[in-house]
Amino acid sequence: MIKITSAIAGVATAILATSAFAGAHGDTTLGQVQAKGFVQCGVSQGLPGFSNADDAGNWAGIDVDLCRAVAAAVFGDASKVKFTPLSAKQRFTALSSGEIDILSRNTTWTMTRDTQLGLNFAGVNYYDGQGMMVPAGLGAKSALELDGANICTNTGTTTELNITDYFRANNMSFNLVAYEKADEVVAAYDAGRCDVYTTDRSGLAAQRTKLTSPDAHVVLPEIISKEPLGPVVRQGDDNWFNIVRWSLNAMINAEELGITAANAASMANDNNPSVKRLLGTEGNFGEELGLSNDWAMNIVTQVGNYGESYERHVGLNTPIKLARGVNNLWSQGGILYAAPIR
Amino acid sequence: MAKKPTSNRPTRARPGKAQPDKGYVRTEDAPVLPPPPSEAGISGWLWHNVLASCSDFTSIGSAVRSIVMAFFTVFVGWLTISTAWGLFDFAVLSAVWSDPDGIKREACFTIDQGGQLPSGWHGACWPFVAAKMKFMMYGPYDIDQLWRVNLAGIIGLIGLAWVMIEPLPYRRYVGIFLLTVYPLLTIILLYGGGFDVSLMTLSIIFMIGLALITFGRLAGRGLLGETMAAFASAGGIGGWLLVGYAVVMLILGVDYGLRTIDTNQWGGLLITLVVAITGIVASLPLGIVLALGRRSSMPIARILSIVFIEFWRGVPLITVLFMASVMLPLFLPEGVNFDNLLRALIGVMLFSAAYMAEVIRGGLQAMDKGQYEGADALGLSYWEKMRLIILPQALTHVIPGIVNTFIGLFKDTTLVSIIGLFDLLGAAQSAISDVAWATPVQAHTGYLFVAAVFFVFCFGMSRYSIYMENKLSRGRKH
Repeated sequence: MIKITSAIAGVATAILATSAFAGAHGDTTLGQVQAKGFVQCGVSQGLPGFSNADDAGNWAGIDVDLCRAVAAAVFGDASKVKFTPLSAKQRFTALSSGEIDILSRNTTWTMTRDTQLGLNFAGVNYYDGQGMMVPAGLGAKSALELDGANICTNTGTTTELNITDYFRANNMSFNLVAYEKADEVVAAYDAGRCDVYTTDRSGLAAQRTKLTSPDAHVVLPEIISKEPLGPVVRQGDDNWFNIVRWSLNAMINAEELGITAANAASMANDNNPSVKRLLGTEGNFGEELGLSNDWAMNIVTQVGNYGESYERHVGLNTPIKLARGVNNLWSQGGILYAAPIR
Repeated sequence: MAKKPTSNRPTRARPGKAQPDKGYVRTEDAPVLPPPPSEAGISGWLWHNVLASCSDFTSIGSAVRSIVMAFFTVFVGWLTISTAWGLFDFAVLSAVWSDPDGIKREACFTIDQGGQLPSGWHGACWPFVAAKMKFMMYGPYDIDQLWRVNLAGIIGLIGLAWVMIEPLPYRRYVGIFLLTVYPLLTIILLYGGGFDVSLMTLSIIFMIGLALITFGRLAGRGLLGETMAAFASAGGIGGWLLVGYAVVMLILGVDYGLRTIDTNQWGGLLITLVVAITGIVASLPLGIVLALGRRSSMPIARILSIVFIEFWRGVPLITVLFMASVMLPLFLPEGVNFDNLLRALIGVMLFSAAYMAEVIRGGLQAMDKGQYEGADALGLSYWEKMRLIILPQALTHVIPGIVNTFIGLFKDTTLVSIIGLFDLLGAAQSAISDVAWATPVQAHTGYLFVAAVFFVFCFGMSRYSIYMENKLSRGRKH
């Protein structure tokens, strides 16, 4: 019997030995990330413009660019990042269990999530909001003219709740037609099974590309919910939180200061002290984060500033064709306002 | 089928023996006449299979039946032909086959969207599948390392073909290779080897294993007394498991100079096949053990088997996967991480083993009591009885059920996409959300391709099982 117990103990040791091969190397997230040599980033399973695999299977999108920016800041190499595609249900567990270091997966910043999950939102990299699309032939100019409409949307998301709230608040009747997958919603809307298609406005823009005649549809001006999307980190590691937050701020500040991937190197000796501080030729802001002083320089040269990233993935020259709108700089009529580096 | 008129008759003129010359006895075969036109060719087939059942108007009842039959024949025929034609038209005739200018989605645009194709066009956009082929087959696996996957696949295919094609020699050894060396080789090729193992721990495990084997040997000979003899076989098996584990981990721990490619870079058909094949290969032996355990007369073995089977059959696979991917990390200390794919693999294995156990139990129950008694009368031990008499027959009985479970398992692997693994379907869905190829037919094309791939695999398994059935049940054909 003793032998059997020892056999069991042996097996248990063996299992522990193998399961611990991804064990911790340092106490802080930054220490762990530096030890393993890459940033592990949680992304969506495919949301056009935000995080999506291209033909070669490489991840691209503005959420992806944020993770690449963090990798550039930490390692000076934007390619030192690995992506974990996550479903909406998995994402927070994956982050709190330490499977990923950053969750950059079009996640709406809400109070519940911020206060109850042991997570922190490090900023907002896209201000989204739920909108509505209707066929131009319907002649509707405002959502308030949609009384009695058939509305197509996805099941199990807050979009259902938001549209119900909106119609009830305005004393209008409606008929909800909900589908499981975005493809089904588009197909139903395209086939004329409903008059209105509602989801986040970035999603509307992306799904519009799949309609038989995209130009025959208009997006109504009403935005019926606030969806600030941003990167999330675990609570309790302020240094890592700062690195993610300031990587995002660096991208936005770079755009504001006119620094692009192309001119960053020549701008380093610009007369503007704000530019010098950002690019690390003055002060030691990078070292305060536990990084090198050229952290932001690496971000801008390897990933680009916020505007470049935006135009590359969701801007007017992409099939998604999203105008900057509120996601423009505060100085350009938008609400992007990053704290200064000084 | 026309019967050969000569087949059963004795030969007429026997040499060396005089035949009495009777005028009424035929000396040669009657001439073989062609079948009447109503029995032969397309018209005969049509008459027998279609028209005969709807042309009987001899009474009111049969006339009504004929009309109903005629209606259904036409309706079903129309339905079949129009569906098949629609599919053919979508996939072949109307399809866009190439994108020579590299304009991606615009190659599949209609005039309404600013392209070349006529308004209302509806056909497959195959350049989309071609562009996403790498992603759907391998996922985000490093492009310059694809040869590793291909090599593993080719070795596996050759091995499998070798085992399946009967006249080839050494089939048994190829089979053993496939079940022992090949999985290790595949892990090393796909992952890159160089697992982080501690030599110290491994050698301790190895020594414990050796000690247990020695104990088993000694106790088996009765050298350690009767109490210990009872644990001989348990000790021996445990010892071999530990030694095997240590050796396997040692082989996986060696650095082969291959770049490590994490499982979250695996995807597409690769993941589907890894999950399905692991599940299929592991579920059969586990299922056999569980089925035997459930029918065993030893109460503990029986109860454990019943609890295991009923537990895993009682929960949906999707729950198992969710538990493994969402709950399990919360129970483990922070930083300790099981690989996501490994979690799914273990879940799928245990799940399918429970189903397999019940299928095999059906086969065991179908066996005549006389077979068990006959084996006992021959003085065979329990394991000899099972290995030589019972299981070969019982498993043959339930081949359709086993293959049914395999096919079900193969298709259930698509569920892993909800825990963030990009299997074939998940990769296709991700490809479908790529706006660079966004057209109204993008989703249809992608899903059609996935359906075709799944059909090829499942149909292949189904045909092979029919072949096996015919081969193994030749002796019992009625």
